[in-house]
Amino acid sequence: MAITRDEVAHLARLARLALRDDELDHFATQLDVILGAVARVAEVAADDIRPTSHSVPLTNVFRPDEVRPSLDPVASLAGAPAAEDGRFRVPRILEEEA
Amino acid sequence: MTDLTRLTAAETARVVRDGEASAVDVAQAHLDRIAAVDERVHAFLHVDIEGALGAARAVDERRAAGDDLGPLAGVPLALKDVFTMAGVPTTCGSKILEGWRPPYDATVTRRLKDAGLVILGKTNMDEFAMGSSTENSAYGPTRNPWDLDRIPGGSGGGSSASLAAFMAPLAIGTDTGGSIRQPAAVTGTVGAKPTYGGVSRYGLVALASSLDQAGPCARNVLDAALLHEVIAGHDPFDSTSIDRPVPEVVAAARRGDVQGMRVGVVREFAGEGYQAGVQQRFTEAVELISSLGADVVEVSCPHFDYALAAYYLILPSECSSNLARFDAMRYGLRVGDDGTRSAEEVMSLTREAGFGDEVKRRIILGTYALSSGYYDAYYGQAQKVRTLITDDFTKAFETCDVLVSPTTPTTAFRIGERVDDPLAMYLADLCTIPSNLSGGAAMSVPCGLAPEDGLPVGLQVMAPALADDRMYRLAAAFEAAHTEAHGPILDGAPAL
Amino acid sequence: MTVTLDDALARWSPVIGMETHVELGTRSKMFCGCPTTFGAPPNANTCPVCLGLPGALPVANEAAIRYTILIGLALHCSIAPWCRFARKNYFYPDMPKNFQISQYDEPLCVDGWLDVEMDGQTHRVEIERVHLEEDTGKSLHVGGATGRIHGADHSLVDYNRAGIPLVEIVTRPDIYSAEVAKAYVAALRDVVRAIGASDVKMEEGSLRCDVNVSLRPAGADTLGTRAEVKNVNSLRSVERAVRHEIVRQAERLDAGQRIVQETRHFHEDTGTTTPGRSKEEAQDYRYFPEPDLVPIAPDAAWIEELRSSLPEMPVERRRRLTAELGLSEVDQAAMSNAGVLDLVLATVDAGAPAADARNWWLGDLLARANAADVDPGELGVTPAQVARVCAMVTDGTLTATMAKEVFAGVVETGDDPDAVVAAKGLRQVSDVDALGAAVDEAIAEQPAVAQKVRDGKTAAAGALVGAVMRATRGQANAAVVRTLVLERLGVPEA
Repeated sequence: MAITRDEVAHLARLARLALRDDELDHFATQLDVILGAVARVAEVAADDIRPTSHSVPLTNVFRPDEVRPSLDPVASLAGAPAAEDGRFRVPRILEEEA
Repeated sequence: MTDLTRLTAAETARVVRDGEASAVDVAQAHLDRIAAVDERVHAFLHVDIEGALGAARAVDERRAAGDDLGPLAGVPLALKDVFTMAGVPTTCGSKILEGWRPPYDATVTRRLKDAGLVILGKTNMDEFAMGSSTENSAYGPTRNPWDLDRIPGGSGGGSSASLAAFMAPLAIGTDTGGSIRQPAAVTGTVGAKPTYGGVSRYGLVALASSLDQAGPCARNVLDAALLHEVIAGHDPFDSTSIDRPVPEVVAAARRGDVQGMRVGVVREFAGEGYQAGVQQRFTEAVELISSLGADVVEVSCPHFDYALAAYYLILPSECSSNLARFDAMRYGLRVGDDGTRSAEEVMSLTREAGFGDEVKRRIILGTYALSSGYYDAYYGQAQKVRTLITDDFTKAFETCDVLVSPTTPTTAFRIGERVDDPLAMYLADLCTIPSNLSGGAAMSVPCGLAPEDGLPVGLQVMAPALADDRMYRLAAAFEAAHTEAHGPILDGAPAL
Repeated sequence: MTVTLDDALARWSPVIGMETHVELGTRSKMFCGCPTTFGAPPNANTCPVCLGLPGALPVANEAAIRYTILIGLALHCSIAPWCRFARKNYFYPDMPKNFQISQYDEPLCVDGWLDVEMDGQTHRVEIERVHLEEDTGKSLHVGGATGRIHGADHSLVDYNRAGIPLVEIVTRPDIYSAEVAKAYVAALRDVVRAIGASDVKMEEGSLRCDVNVSLRPAGADTLGTRAEVKNVNSLRSVERAVRHEIVRQAERLDAGQRIVQETRHFHEDTGTTTPGRSKEEAQDYRYFPEPDLVPIAPDAAWIEELRSSLPEMPVERRRRLTAELGLSEVDQAAMSNAGVLDLVLATVDAGAPAADARNWWLGDLLARANAADVDPGELGVTPAQVARVCAMVTDGTLTATMAKEVFAGVVETGDDPDAVVAAKGLRQVSDVDALGAAVDEAIAEQPAVAQKVRDGKTAAAGALVGAVMRATRGQANAAVVRTLVLERLGVPEA
């Protein structure tokens, strides 16, 4: 197998997806098949080839250090699931910042 | 009284400009049409009646004041629900954004508004643009106006269906692996993916940042070209936006001749998996092109055989990162916040509830492909294959002005047919993906109905980056000749 | 604790690496035009880009790139001819996109060094890299005891800080004592301040340090396991945190225990560190090149232009002052602390001798500034004016006392020294004829003193000189008066 159920569970944790057990099994099977298909990129001899990260040949695109109008904070907070005192209210955070 | 919904976009604009009908009348006619048929087609997720009529009124007022109206002022348009539109629901076909009203317009949205286009509403799509059938929408599929039991293509099935059902003369889509072109092919309409960087991505909710591109959809090539010129052009809010003049696609579409154009047929886009009727119509199209005076040759792009594999590594990788922001903290769905759970738990529960299966699959695949230890073999290697594919194009374009192929290997398949087989679904993108990987321009134009099922077939025309005009030139000339010989393709669509 | 620092250092050699984040003082954020002003109402400085709203895209701030290159050049780094931004992917509520745009294996500047001078010795600290990234938002943790995460009920997030440009500077594990670590941070801060890239105030968070400490047996050259210490918010804390870690790790190693590779949190109040999140699985950030930003390729001409625009760096400037002007390290420290070092230098540039410039700025002028509760630079006296006054004292036009009066006049009226001198009629009188009468009068009024002088006690002449000075309201040239007095009394000058 290219990818196991445990690996899928690990990846789901990394990606913050609370997958159910039946989903883990189902996805593991499907992903195994898909990985098998996409892994064929390895067949291509490409040791000396530079990877393409951008297909547009631009460099040095900058903006001047100028202030532009911000959103009204009311607009920024408008879509918030919860807000308090002008801030986004979020559930308790477990981990210290990285 | 002319049926205002049967006009081309160019004709509609003229009618409004010349005062034969008001923009409000035109808008209303299309809103009526939507009300009459969209329950069956389900192209629209949100119809913005007030906004559309307001925009139409504004055009009428400007006309009354003697202002210069642009070439598409007063023309109704359907906007794929992946573009932000201030104050209007934008869902990207997902439950995780249900009800979200953005506080800002995408650059494309703003340019459409500034040009006087009347945005009728937001169209249905595969969730976060992942799919080839619009069956991955969290709000139910869109149906192909040619056969309501069949898919309209994806991810932009809503946009193309709205055109094919005459609910709008113009639409905007996005194309990451074929999401404009493939729906165009299976609905008998026209759809173009401009050169990457040709149209701003600011406000286009990202799927795969290095592949996504916004583009015009219409019922004929000239209309698509007119729309292309409205939305294209440099945007300082998008660092990947090309800072060069927009290729003269309208002039190219009007040019009418392809004498001496060197047209390459890509050998790798044929064979197993291609429906016989699709191959037949494609072959006939090539013959027609040849008869118009173009020089047709065969070319080989050997690495195209790896395009699907490279794409389904690059896209999930980028999207796993792009979709991380949907975490219930700042906007969108929040699930499981009962006062005892942690932020991490609420994030995970929300994403589990708010994302569909295809989205979850690609996020996991992408997380895997970027993982330490796997990056080089998967993502890294895929980006190298991408270079080789781009090189194949470059080499082909040394001897050809444009390349052609079928747009997609089959006609519209049935709803439900491929939904449980992701790989089978991915095969719909076989011909379209290479242009996204290279960043070149590509479009689909109808080339007939397949004999075995009477369903539309699309011809794909590909041009080098920045040479969008070439593909419009060929597509328009072909369309004119094909229509002359066979009549307009949509005349063959069943009445709804 | 049973081990003292000295004990520990006798057996173990500390190896220290520093990671420093500098918040750049640009007007707008790294990837959008929102202002960077401190103290705005929560979420007032936000927009679709820095909130990470669906569809938003970053565009790089030119000034931030420029400052990063300047910092790299000042630290003697090589500037990458071509590099990219990268996404660092992890989930955290203060991160709007749940990835940070940073740089990974292609930093903008690499392989530099910074000389740190301490107690007469120079330590060259090697700089591994300098790169550019964006800051996160800020969370308030509500409901817990200390406002920290533990025990909090929920958090409130403000994204005003999200997207402010940060420059990260990483040293090699090249520092071997707490004192040098502290001096390194001070030196780095001075460099960044000299460039004008940031106000680098640790107490305000515009300069943040993470300290990596490991121990190895004294004399060994392998590296031990390191702990990373965060929340080090002052120079003093840098030193204390390192010292604490040395002792803590030594105790564990002495007892045969291993050092856990972990992130630890420094506590100001106790001077100790406690474990943060334990890194059983090291974080996999899944870095990949940022597709929404195109590569940065600074050309050689631009880099040279930036290099020549660099102001004199603090270390180089100190060396130059010492050599050229004869100003000692102690002098420089005093002037720097008083905030007059640049003023003194400018005064020297305007023509004054270094010692005179130093004396005036550290003396009379500093006192005036303190009395008026302003910075010396805002007193109203320019370096050019100080140089002029020095010249007038040197050429005998003014006495030192008169010079003070001139400064008072300059501060009061804003006029130039010459105008003040004229207005106040201040002119040191050196003319022998003019002074002769006053000298005769002083002698006449103090015959006893005059006799003492005639008898050989030349020191007694001071009283007569003093009398003349008083009579002339301080305007007489004291040296000339003394010569005249001795002459009148027929005594040769000693």
